[in-house]
Amino acid sequence: MKFWRVPLDADDIQVSKGIVYILEDRCKGCGYCIEFCPRHVLEFSSKINAKGYHLPAVIKAEECLSCHYCEIICPEFAIYSIEIPCESTENTKGIEIITKTQKTESTK
Amino acid sequence: MAKKTPKHPLDDLIRKDRIPHIWCPGCGIGTIFSSCLTAIKESGIDLKKFVMISGIGCSGRAAGYVNLDSFHTTHGRAIPFATGVKLANPELNVIVFSGDGDLFAIGGNHFIHAARRNVDITVICVNNFNYGMTGGQVAATTPNMAKTTTTPFGNPETPFNLPLMAYAAGATYVARWTMLHSRDLTESISEAILKNGFSFIEALSPCPINYGRRNKLKPLDQLKLYQEKTIIKNDAKPTELDINFEKGVVLGKFVDIERPTYGDSYNKICRPDKLE
Repeated sequence: MKFWRVPLDADDIQVSKGIVYILEDRCKGCGYCIEFCPRHVLEFSSKINAKGYHLPAVIKAEECLSCHYCEIICPEFAIYSIEIPCESTENTKGIEIITKTQKTESTK
Repeated sequence: MAKKTPKHPLDDLIRKDRIPHIWCPGCGIGTIFSSCLTAIKESGIDLKKFVMISGIGCSGRAAGYVNLDSFHTTHGRAIPFATGVKLANPELNVIVFSGDGDLFAIGGNHFIHAARRNVDITVICVNNFNYGMTGGQVAATTPNMAKTTTTPFGNPETPFNLPLMAYAAGATYVARWTMLHSRDLTESISEAILKNGFSFIEALSPCPINYGRRNKLKPLDQLKLYQEKTIIKNDAKPTELDINFEKGVVLGKFVDIERPTYGDSYNKICRPDKLE
């Protein structure tokens, strides 16, 4: 993320990331998820589903913050995002702590 | 080999064999329905203690899609059925999910009397400004001068102000949101489920095929209108809540009061021996 001024706690804050899943059979191509995604992750694709509706496609997967707005606004139960655990190569405090706790959990 | 994809978070609350549903592309009922399901899920109450009742119309189909105990009633009679369910088994959380035509045109009398009695039910009214299922005729909620099948020169009538009517009839919780404000809508529905008394939530929804097409409003234009021409004002005066998109439509929670419910006063007067 780009800041015009780096916040003092930038090292401690970690930005959540998500993966968008689209259930193609349910989509009716209304375009609400594309229009209202705050990070403009989605776009209309030329691909059509069995009913002939144009599907959304993920164009900027790394931008997704898993805010779930596409999931909330979709009238068709056809799109949802799942938050992925933060596994960044950046060596920041917050991430270290998280990875440590994950390791301890997995060893249990 | 494809990786196993996780399922949709609401998949356990919908009847998946009936999805995709019949609602048109761009219709807001699906969004309001999913807000309602999210609120039910987040309430943490046992799902067996929920009953969803709906009347006839596009939004009446919701009872058929929800994987809870549900009932699709006769036209306009969703609230009388809900009253009966609540009186027969007061432990249940009864949700009426229906449209403006069902609740306020043919079922208008039932609505005001349930609000007067303060029956402990939650009523969610999907307001799409016309009779969508039958072909877009003028309804009791169609805005003045809007074009419909039966008013090709513009609607000469004044529409109902639904929150004012609910307030005047005695509802204990009244709110209005649009399908675009779905997080607020979900929060409001959660509050209404927990509220002890008659709660009414009006949710505005676009009807792209029947209302939008005749009024030159594409579904996305209608959502832009909801984004730009709405004012969130909690505790606004109920008389100011008429729907006029030129002036701006007021959204928010308008009424949240306490009043003895019908079940309580019935037990007190007619079944005093059961009270201990």
